[in-house]
Parts: sequence; C-alpha cells; structure tokens
Amino acid sequence: MSTTTPAVGTEATPAHAAKKRKPQLSEGARAERRLAFWLCAPAVLVMIAVTAYPLIYAIILSLERYNLELPAETKFIGLANYAAVLSSPFWWQSLEVTVIITVFSVSITLVLGMLLAEVLHRTVFFRGGVRTASLIPYGIVTVAASYGWQYAWTPSQGYLSAAFNNSAPLTSQAQAIAVIIVAEIWKTTPFMGLLLLAGLSLVPEDLQKAAKVDGATGWQRFTKITLPLMKPAILVALLFRALDSFRIFDNIFILTSGNNGTASVSTLGYDNLFNALNLGIGSTISILIFICVAIIAVVFILGFGTAAPGTDSEMR
Amino acid sequence: MAVLTPRQRTGWATANFVVIALALIPVLWLVSLSFKTPGAVLDPSFWPAQWTWGNYSGILTSAQFLRPLVNSIGIGVIATLIAVTLASMAAYAIARLRFPGKSVLIGLALLIAMFPLIALVTPMFTIERYLGLFNTWFGLIIPYVAFGLPLGIYTLSAFFREIPWELEKAAKMDGATPFQAFTKVIAPLAAPGMVTTAILVFLACWNDFLLAISFTSTISSRTAPAAMEYFSGGSVFTVPTGPISAAAVVITIPIIIFVLFFQRRIVAGLTSGAVKG
Repeated sequence: MSTTTPAVGTEATPAHAAKKRKPQLSEGARAERRLAFWLCAPAVLVMIAVTAYPLIYAIILSLERYNLELPAETKFIGLANYAAVLSSPFWWQSLEVTVIITVFSVSITLVLGMLLAEVLHRTVFFRGGVRTASLIPYGIVTVAASYGWQYAWTPSQGYLSAAFNNSAPLTSQAQAIAVIIVAEIWKTTPFMGLLLLAGLSLVPEDLQKAAKVDGATGWQRFTKITLPLMKPAILVALLFRALDSFRIFDNIFILTSGNNGTASVSTLGYDNLFNALNLGIGSTISILIFICVAIIAVVFILGFGTAAPGTDSEMR
Repeated sequence: MAVLTPRQRTGWATANFVVIALALIPVLWLVSLSFKTPGAVLDPSFWPAQWTWGNYSGILTSAQFLRPLVNSIGIGVIATLIAVTLASMAAYAIARLRFPGKSVLIGLALLIAMFPLIALVTPMFTIERYLGLFNTWFGLIIPYVAFGLPLGIYTLSAFFREIPWELEKAAKMDGATPFQAFTKVIAPLAAPGMVTTAILVFLACWNDFLLAISFTSTISSRTAPAAMEYFSGGSVFTVPTGPISAAAVVITIPIIIFVLFFQRRIVAGLTSGAVKG
C-alpha cells in the first residue's frame, strides 16, 4: 500500500492510489456500488446456500454408494450410480412419461391459454368475473385439486368416471397419463393465459385496424400480426411452462403415486430417496434431472432465441 | 373496439360462460364432496343428496388438521416476510443503483426460479438431518425463502422501476430528511408492489407439497397439503374422501379471498416479472 511504502514523490497520497486502482469511479459511484453490494448480499447468500451448496453436495453423493439402511457400506464408487440409473428401464420410462406429459400439457396449454388471453383481452363485459374465475385454478393448491380429480375419476364415486361408463382410467397407463395431463392443463392454463394476455396488450390496435381495412381475415391478422409480435412473450411463457411441467410431482403423487408406469423423473427420484432410502441413486437422479432442465433452458434460449426474462429490459 | 353485434355479444357471453364453468367445476366438485355424508361417498352424482357439515366439524376439531394448518400459516407468513424483505433490498439495488454484476444477479435468480426442486430434496434432506433442521419450521422456511426470492426480486424490481423516484428528490428539496422522504413519499408508493409480491410468495409457500412431505415427519411441522395424505377414514376400509375434500376446500379459501380482493394486483404481479419487451 502506498501509505506504508516510503513516499518517493508527493503524488503517492492515498487518494492518488485509490484513483489509480479504480480510475474512472467517483466517490459517489463507489458508495453506490457498496450500497448495492450490501443490499444484494443477503438475497444472494440465501439463494446460493440453498441451491448451489446442496447441488455440489448432490454431485458428491451421486458418486458414492450411500444407502441409509446400510450406512457402513458407504464408499466412493465413481460413476457407477450413473451407469446403474442410465441402464435402468425405470429411468427411461419415467423420462418418457415426463417428456410426454410436458409436450402434451404445454402445447395444449399454449393453445387454450391463447384462447383464454383472447377472451380476457377482447371481451367487453364481465371481464372481472372471468379473470377472477380463471385465477382460481392458478392459485389453488395443486394437491387439493389433485384429490378432486382423483375422486372424480374413481369408479362408482366420481362424476367423471360415471360419465364415462364407470371407467377407472387411473388404473391403466395411457389413460392415467391422459388424466394427469388434463389436471396439469386445468391448473396451468390461467397462468399461460395471463402471460399471453400481457403480450397481447403489446400488439398495437392500430395495426389490427389497418390490416382489417386492407381486407385481412381474422385468422390472417392473428397469424401475420399478432403471433409474430407476440413471439417473445410466447417463448418466455413456453420456457416457464416447460421447465415447470418437467418437474411435475404433486399431481402424479396424488393421482397414481407413480403406479402403472406413470412415474415421472421427480416421483422416481422421490421414491429412491424415501422408499429405497438410497441417497446415492436418489442424488444421481437429481443430477440427471438438473441436466435435463439445463438442456431445455439452453435449447429455448439459444435455439429459439428466447430472451431470458428480465435480462431483456435490463440491458437497455 | 367497435359496437358489438348481437351475434358477437352472444359469442362472447358463451366464451365467458365456458371459461368460468371450466375453471370452477372441479372446485365445486370438491365443495360438493366435502358436504357429502360418509355413506354417500359411493354416489357419483355431482351434488350431495344430503348435505352435512360433519366433515368440516371433524377436521376442524382434529389436531391432525389444525396443527398442520397453523404450521402452514406460520411457515408461510414467516417465509414471506423474510423473502419480501430481502427481495426488496436486492430489487431496490437492481432498479435504482448502478453496479457491476447486476446481470449476474438476475441470471442467478432466473436459474433458481428454474431449479428442479427434486434435485434439491436429496442433498437438503441429508443436510437438514445433520443440522437438526429436519422436521422443524425453519427446515421449510429456509428453502421457501430461497425459492421465493427470485419471484420477489423479479416482481419487485419491475414495480420499483415504475416508481417516480424524482419525488424523493423533490421532497428533500422541500426540506424533508432522507428518512422522511423515504417513509412519507417512497414507502407508500412501493407498498402496493410489495403487497402483491407478498401474496405471490405466500401462495407459492402455501402450495408447496414436495418439500413439505420431504422435510417433515410429524404434525409438529407438517403443512396442510402434506397432512391430508395422513387422514384416516372411519375405519381402515374407509377412504377419508369427505375429510380430505373438506381440508382441500379449507386450504382453498385463502386463495379465493386473495383472488377476490387482489385479482388486479395478482395479474399485474404475475406478468410484470415475466413479460417485458
């Protein structure tokens, strides 16, 4: 430090040294940075403590043989857990089920959400009532709704089962997955609709009117004007929904407990932890899910050019 | 929008009706189940033939539900208060200050918003057992705060950007102290955004099931959604459909209240963080 070294010239004052280290910053700007640091530090600390640290710990656990029932046999086994999971038909089946649920529920939700957004945007009367009603599926506790769906589809107990010839869809794989997808769609369409509604209100009304004057049909106006202008909003909503849907747990846990080949990757990971008490395999599944989620995000952000939410407005 | 023709009018009315019906029928079904008598459970008709309060009086006098309900409220409120406080500090910095690493912070929040919860469960379970946090309120509050923060930071920084901060300067010029300028001018402007954010964070905590069943083992800290699984029927052979439905309705009531009173704010909050530009 300049204050401890013998002064060679008069310039070697502390102020000068500070100026040298951060030449372009005024005192005010540095105070601003310091304040920002202290304001952000608690939030950053909590977020990192709860996610980054466990994630690193999960990586370590995934490289160990670690069963809570046999703690004495815990040891480092390299990638053997990964080999075990990736060669297990259960993993691939649950991945397939998860992907099917994600693709169907997200794409149908997109279409229905678009319709809902149009209804909320265009309707001139009873707008508040429609909005209130559609917020209820968004807000309802997923588990509460799941029990409703489960009872509705239970033979000789539920109105939906009765309407479909007293059928028991939750006991067969394909039908159970369809029920799970319906429950997901019901729960998430309002969120999608509201996100798209926000995008829809950014489409200038003048443009629509001009196209109408030029003789464009409603469908043409939708595909040529609304959709291209809404593309950023749609991509963000899709990314959010896809990541959320990939993590599906609550609905499956209540509706089928993952029986009859309806386990998702999340319920599989849960079973390995709490029923098999196998921390090694459970952690391996966790890491693999994390990698899948990262791939989905990267595909959306790099492949489709989805603006990461927040960053877009931030950079301007 | 032009004046509607009668045909358009009918069209929109039908659309509205369909939306409301689709949204509410599954909820009404739960309400109906919660009023059915235990004997009527094997009756698939939509409305109960005979209405009873029995399921409600049953769960509302049972510690198996009341204690988890108290846990849900307590854990949710504490986690929300902490998350909104920390998030508003960070959001203030994002909206108002220039500092390096701002985009890193936003990226981090986004990353955590997308984090697969199950990936956290295994290691957190081990860590919480080691730290003695397993099956305690704080064992749930800590992860709830962490996952409420990204939501809070996004929503609040969007709200804070809209606040006319020049008013603060004007107040100071008129002789207000910085503290007065904050409490009399800025805080009232920021309050609506913070209330909205608090509602969204609380709903997220209220809704959680995976962490609640993973990090609790008794009713001393189990939350209401996780407790419903452990209800028992009249006998081992009876499925507790009625009590579970009644519990589902009870934990839905706060959501309906929030939605009725704050629907505009909730919509604004949900969309502010996600869709910009």
